[in-house]
Amino acid sequence: MESEQLFRRGYYRNSYNSITSASSDEELLDGAGVIMDFQTSEDDNLLDGDASVGTHYTMTNGGSINSSTHLLDLLDEPIPGVGTYDDFHTIDWVREKCKDRERHRRINSKKKESAWEMAKSLYDAWSGWLVVTLTGLASGALAGLIDIAADWMTDLKEGICLDALWFNHEQCCWGSNKTTFEERDKCPQWETWAELIIGQAEGPGSYIMNYIMYIFWALSFAFLAVSLVKVFAPYACGSGIPEIKTILSGFIIRGYLGKWTLMIKTITLVLAVASGLSLGKEGPLVHVACCCGNIFSYLFPKYSTNEAKKREVLSAASAAGVSVAFGAPIGGVLFSLEEVSYYFPLKTLWRSFFAALVAAFVLRSINPFGNSRLVLFYVEYHTPWYLFELFPFILLGVFGGLWGAFFIRANIAWCRRRKSTKFGKYPVLEVIIVAAVTAVIAFPNPYTRLNTSELIKQLFTDCGPLESSSLCDYRNDMNASKLVDIPDRPAGTGVYSAIWQLCLALIFKIIMTVFTFGIKVPSGLFIPSMAIGAIAGRIVGIAVEQLAYYHHDWFIFKEWCEVGADCITPGLYAMVGAAACLGGVTRMTVSLVVIVFELTGGLEYIVPLMAAVMTSKWVGDAFGREGIYEAHIRLNGYPFLDAKEEFTHTTLAADVMRPRRSDPPLAVLTQDNMTVEDIENLINETSYNGFPVIMSKESQRLVGFALRRDLTIAIESARKKQEGIVGSSRVCFAQHTPSLPAESPRPLKLRSILDMSPFTVTDHTPMEIVVDIFRKLGLRQCLVTHNGIVLGIITKKNILEHLEQLKQHVEPLAPPWHYNKKRYPPSYGPDGKPRPRINNVQLNPIAEEREETEEEVHLLNSTML
Amino acid sequence: MAARARLCSLLGSVLALAALVGQVTGVKNFEDVRCKCICPPYKDQPGHIFNKNVSQKDCDCLHVVESMPVSGPDVEAYCLRCECKYEERSSVTIKVTVIIYLSILGLLLLYMVYLTLAEPILKRRLFGHSQLIQRDEDIGDHQPFANAHDVLARSRSRANVLNKVEYAQQRWKLQVQEQRKSVFDRHVVLS
Repeated sequence: MESEQLFRRGYYRNSYNSITSASSDEELLDGAGVIMDFQTSEDDNLLDGDASVGTHYTMTNGGSINSSTHLLDLLDEPIPGVGTYDDFHTIDWVREKCKDRERHRRINSKKKESAWEMAKSLYDAWSGWLVVTLTGLASGALAGLIDIAADWMTDLKEGICLDALWFNHEQCCWGSNKTTFEERDKCPQWETWAELIIGQAEGPGSYIMNYIMYIFWALSFAFLAVSLVKVFAPYACGSGIPEIKTILSGFIIRGYLGKWTLMIKTITLVLAVASGLSLGKEGPLVHVACCCGNIFSYLFPKYSTNEAKKREVLSAASAAGVSVAFGAPIGGVLFSLEEVSYYFPLKTLWRSFFAALVAAFVLRSINPFGNSRLVLFYVEYHTPWYLFELFPFILLGVFGGLWGAFFIRANIAWCRRRKSTKFGKYPVLEVIIVAAVTAVIAFPNPYTRLNTSELIKQLFTDCGPLESSSLCDYRNDMNASKLVDIPDRPAGTGVYSAIWQLCLALIFKIIMTVFTFGIKVPSGLFIPSMAIGAIAGRIVGIAVEQLAYYHHDWFIFKEWCEVGADCITPGLYAMVGAAACLGGVTRMTVSLVVIVFELTGGLEYIVPLMAAVMTSKWVGDAFGREGIYEAHIRLNGYPFLDAKEEFTHTTLAADVMRPRRSDPPLAVLTQDNMTVEDIENLINETSYNGFPVIMSKESQRLVGFALRRDLTIAIESARKKQEGIVGSSRVCFAQHTPSLPAESPRPLKLRSILDMSPFTVTDHTPMEIVVDIFRKLGLRQCLVTHNGIVLGIITKKNILEHLEQLKQHVEPLAPPWHYNKKRYPPSYGPDGKPRPRINNVQLNPIAEEREETEEEVHLLNSTML
Repeated sequence: MAARARLCSLLGSVLALAALVGQVTGVKNFEDVRCKCICPPYKDQPGHIFNKNVSQKDCDCLHVVESMPVSGPDVEAYCLRCECKYEERSSVTIKVTVIIYLSILGLLLLYMVYLTLAEPILKRRLFGHSQLIQRDEDIGDHQPFANAHDVLARSRSRANVLNKVEYAQQRWKLQVQEQRKSVFDRHVVLS
């Protein structure tokens, strides 16, 4: 009621010209006990088919709408199952929040009664913190397990540690004194497969043997991963972030955050990373953490029974996931806020912060990399950067944006192909092929053969005097007196060959990532994107460095880069490039900069990072506004109402609501004169998820809203448990049961499942308002009324269809005027002029046939979930 | 559910075993602390890496580099260039983690093999040839768990404790089958 009044006040001052409707409007607001006559128009019969034209209805207002009573005040005998949701359904945030407040009030009022109740209320108050603590502990531990196991398995492709089979290459040579400066990863304990099998460490024979073993392991890991996913938990594939975004916005995917998904995702993630595919473990770690959050929330009734509260835990869990994935607790919190969460109150912010802290702490104490850091590619720079370097940084930003736009287009096109053609029927084969191609091409190039995190680490690391890799093969003068600041040096042959290899690696990564993201193994996107950016950045960095060395008299270099000064840090460029590419793909900004700066621990590089990330977002947005996750959400047709998009069209609620003109009338229930059988028939015949309850067929005024699931459950349980409920029993939603003939069976009271305060808008509410209401309040459905009479219903899905439809048409799309005029004559003047509001915007009488839109809706219906 | 219970108990025993093994054998070859000094090339000396098991306060070039390659006044200059890092790790953690991971993976693989290969054969023996062949033709679904529906219906009719377990397992199988359909066949999620 409140909202309705608000909208009427704000937008309806001028909309009703006809005296009749104006008066009926006022009377509706006045409320109880009025008997009035009014003439229905011919189009009102879309509500029920049998109403004839121009009938006089007598409408009795029973005054039974007490808008102050809440749904749950009336729940005297709760029926188990009522208030839950089906699979692939949207939750009603408003209802869930109401439920939670109700529960809270109940506990608070009981608190004083006894010490036990007091303890219960304390437990209830603490359960939020407990559940995030447990989530943080579990996700930190699992991240540690994944890190250690993945490192070990990755190195298993090359060889094995004979002394201790469970050590990876680096750990194997950890205590060895036989490592040399040039070949610092060689030690006798670590044996490659060629050494083991054919006994040769060098030469073409050993190369081929290693090559074969590499491909063999890669293929078997990939095969194991995909078959485990296929047999035990199909939901474990992919990165999971698009789905988690959708779930957090209020969608139910049963089993998506379950125990089996958690176990299989953890196990197969290691296999997938170890198989050398171009994927990362960071995105799936978010999914793993969310699974932990979901599982632990089952221990606490506060969270297990309330979908809205559960989503608060999941928000915190996703923060913990990023926190352990990148070792960036603050970045994780911001990631949860910026990228995944839909509803993020301050309380959740603190809990996310705490969960991220706990998770990072656990991972740090496990110390999976033996470097006392949370990530492999932690780097520390202390060199300053100069103003002129902003130009290459922005160039890297442009590259990142272009890469992001290209990747989103290409990957979505490929995924659409997989979704719609026969090719999607062979997930195992696809994974095997991608893994085989990746392994065959990756092995010859040392930079692609490496584990991607290792590659990023190498690219980030600056060339100090201690480095001996070919990337740092500069021509040195041995007698350089400086110890810390190594001046810019001319590149040696090693650097040039490294650049060539890096270019090839860049092309390879770009192509393979497009085909890898979306195959049916757990696959994250962060690491490959960062690798691509880091490669590009390192190349640019070396180029700028050499430019500055050879042309130090150019006016831009003159000031900073004297001979013998250290002015360009190629590692920094790699870092900026990585941030830019990741930003181009995901379109994150703040959280990304914070994540990268937490990775490097250098506050002074925030400005270059910001410049690059912002540029990449601008460039990317120029080609398409949505990031990869939104694009995947749209591809899969999840009901996700993006809060970032703006609605700029001029359509009205009446244009979006169902039923459409050609559809059968809206299925409604009446307050007190339907039988159990009637309702069961209605439920069986229709597929709607909820039914408006009206006073009677004659008055058509809204009483409330009943959900299909609740109705079925309630009737079923009543038939089982209550005596005297048969098919012909009256169903009563009203407060007082109507007087019935003496011989009739007992009426079934269903007031407890009736939502007495459904959201309503009037038919002339602009869609921008409706979309805003849906976004901000997280509604599931909203009823459309006209003079208090139910006209139709708008669901989240209808809005999404509408948005999709508008996107395809030329904008702005005004409602076809004839459609409006025919439908609701009372809202127009006698001359048929449209309402004044429409005059403010351009009215495009686009010759748009109704049939066409109808057809599109059908198409949409078939593609939408 | 039965599978999970089985898995949990097995996992627990594996954990205990791993801890025991770790305690008994000890890890002598691979010490858990090291001080690693990387010394870049100096004059005619090539670069060197030195590794030593010393405490954190002793982790510097002078303590770690034995048999100093340079002599006298050069020692200080040589050591200035070296970078020494004290590092810690827990080899027991690594060992236990890898063993746990491998055992879970192994169990899952065994269970997978059982479900895909062994179970259909067992069922065939139990419920006779004709019925199963007919059903195979009917459904044309050779994926694992394809017979979950039938078993579910059957186990619901007989209700004792053992069957409850089987019922739970079959319900899980049904769920997975449903997930598989929506991911791989209908492509409504995660494509």
